[in-house]
Amino acid sequence: MSILSLTAVELAAKIKAKEVTVLQAVEEVISQIEAKEELYKCYVTIAKNRAIERAKQVQEQIDSGNLTGPLAGVPVAIKDNMCIKDMLTTCSSKILSNFIPTYSSEAVIKLEEAGAIIIGKTNMDEFAMGSTTETSAYGVTKNPRNPEHVPGGSSGGSAAAVAAEECFFALGSDTGGSIRQPASYCGVVGMKPTYGTVSRYGLIAYASSLDQIGPLAKDVTDCATILEVIASHDEKDSTSIKREDTDFTKALVNDVTGMKIGIPQDYFMKGLAPQVKEAILNAAKVLKDKGAIVEEFDLGLVEYAIPTYYTIAAAEVSSNLERFDGIKYGYRTNEFDGLHDMYKKTRSEGFGKEVKSRIMLGSFVLSSGYYDAYYLKALRTKALIKKAFDTAFEKYDVILGPVAPTTAPKLGSSLNDPMKMYLSDIYTISANLAGLPGITLPCGKDEKGLPIGLQLTGNCYQEKKIIQAAYTYEKARGKIEWDQHSEEV
Amino acid sequence: MANKISDETIEYVSILSKLKLTDKEKKQAKKEIGNMLDYFDKLNELDTTGVEPMSHVFPINNVFREDVIKNEDQREDILKNAPGVKDGMFKVPRTVE
Repeated sequence: MSILSLTAVELAAKIKAKEVTVLQAVEEVISQIEAKEELYKCYVTIAKNRAIERAKQVQEQIDSGNLTGPLAGVPVAIKDNMCIKDMLTTCSSKILSNFIPTYSSEAVIKLEEAGAIIIGKTNMDEFAMGSTTETSAYGVTKNPRNPEHVPGGSSGGSAAAVAAEECFFALGSDTGGSIRQPASYCGVVGMKPTYGTVSRYGLIAYASSLDQIGPLAKDVTDCATILEVIASHDEKDSTSIKREDTDFTKALVNDVTGMKIGIPQDYFMKGLAPQVKEAILNAAKVLKDKGAIVEEFDLGLVEYAIPTYYTIAAAEVSSNLERFDGIKYGYRTNEFDGLHDMYKKTRSEGFGKEVKSRIMLGSFVLSSGYYDAYYLKALRTKALIKKAFDTAFEKYDVILGPVAPTTAPKLGSSLNDPMKMYLSDIYTISANLAGLPGITLPCGKDEKGLPIGLQLTGNCYQEKKIIQAAYTYEKARGKIEWDQHSEEV
Repeated sequence: MANKISDETIEYVSILSKLKLTDKEKKQAKKEIGNMLDYFDKLNELDTTGVEPMSHVFPINNVFREDVIKNEDQREDILKNAPGVKDGMFKVPRTVE
């Protein structure tokens, strides 16, 4: 058996037991990348030499007993919107085609301190705006479970790299579902923690009030382990939360006896594919058979989450992306007539269509005369949505539902109808609006062999409940065998 | 409702956004922003009278820390990223005539 099919925690244990060296793990991953990248295109940058160099250092530290953690020596891929010192960081945008950060993001520092080896930077939708990874300026990532389909997005490269065994785990960021949805489409496990749990320092901002970094991994155990490593209180991120309860692996308990699980009836309306619905309800039954109390209820306001989200996200985009001006870093246009012309031409040439469209929408909803009607209205609706969740969590420990209405769409079928693409975020975005943690894990596949994802959402700070429910489900479910695909597509 | 997006509005928004659009892009932006705003108008079905706008989900206040320099001097590395540099500074197009 190849070591590539091991989970991150299993690999680290083998390294610790001296059955595998760190360098072997890195070299195996690099050969896998060399064999599969042409087809899947998960990465923007592959840091082969740096990884080999780091492997030697980490091996020494493991041998000397200085590194004993559960991720020591494990190769990891990082979404290309997290800064890594001296490594190209593009956000999959032309405007950052030559940007070399002088510092690393806090989450990456935590991983490196734990001995994880960074293999490269993964492809994504440009500035994380999109649900398919097709808005990248550096090519389209394919879904390893069926390469005619998208991997989802925006952390599509991270999800695909885990699924294709081109890394052992990855980091992504989730603003409206950007970890959970691609994890679901690619049949891996993804988790967005409570807002403020992982420092956003060094994460290139999309919508700061919604962005959160989290893991994409092969199983729930890996997810909890990674989150435990990257969660930290960071004074460099003013929205970072001081938490004492980040020992998430303590929640890896195979038991849901008496746990109250609510299924929002309003998640099962029109638009939800029958096969997805069936798989989700089957998963609910598995948890019920394990002793959970499972009930249907009305969450309310579900249809208002998308307009609320896109108003707030666009507003924050228009502000956050003002910094890309062709002065301090990044792309600058060649010919221009004065400062303002330089700004305009640089940005128009450097940003892709989706990004420009959201910047303009955001500028509009924040502009004088429309601010109250759109932006403030959305913030008021956000308060109502938060309240609806507060009410639900008075009754339930966990909310169970689908991740997306369908399995992964075909390549090229989403971008010509942006509204349809936005609507596919319906089950994931409210967690961002309300700051809630959510985990997604595979619960079946459709007739094309495409994965179906189950989503478990918890109240703020209640990661442990969703980890426990997910772990219990995963144990009861057993292993899912994915279809093998030929290399020619 | 889409008629609130006039050609003038698109001009204005492109100035706010610091973007230079072709005629084709303007036409497309007008249609897309119009569609999105029509969709956003769905929020008007909700009565939000008396609801405080929620910018942050947790009640956090200003977070202060001492203003102490902790990072080393990175001037050279930072300037390496700049499209234009002169005498150790960012070079910008002429801003005053």
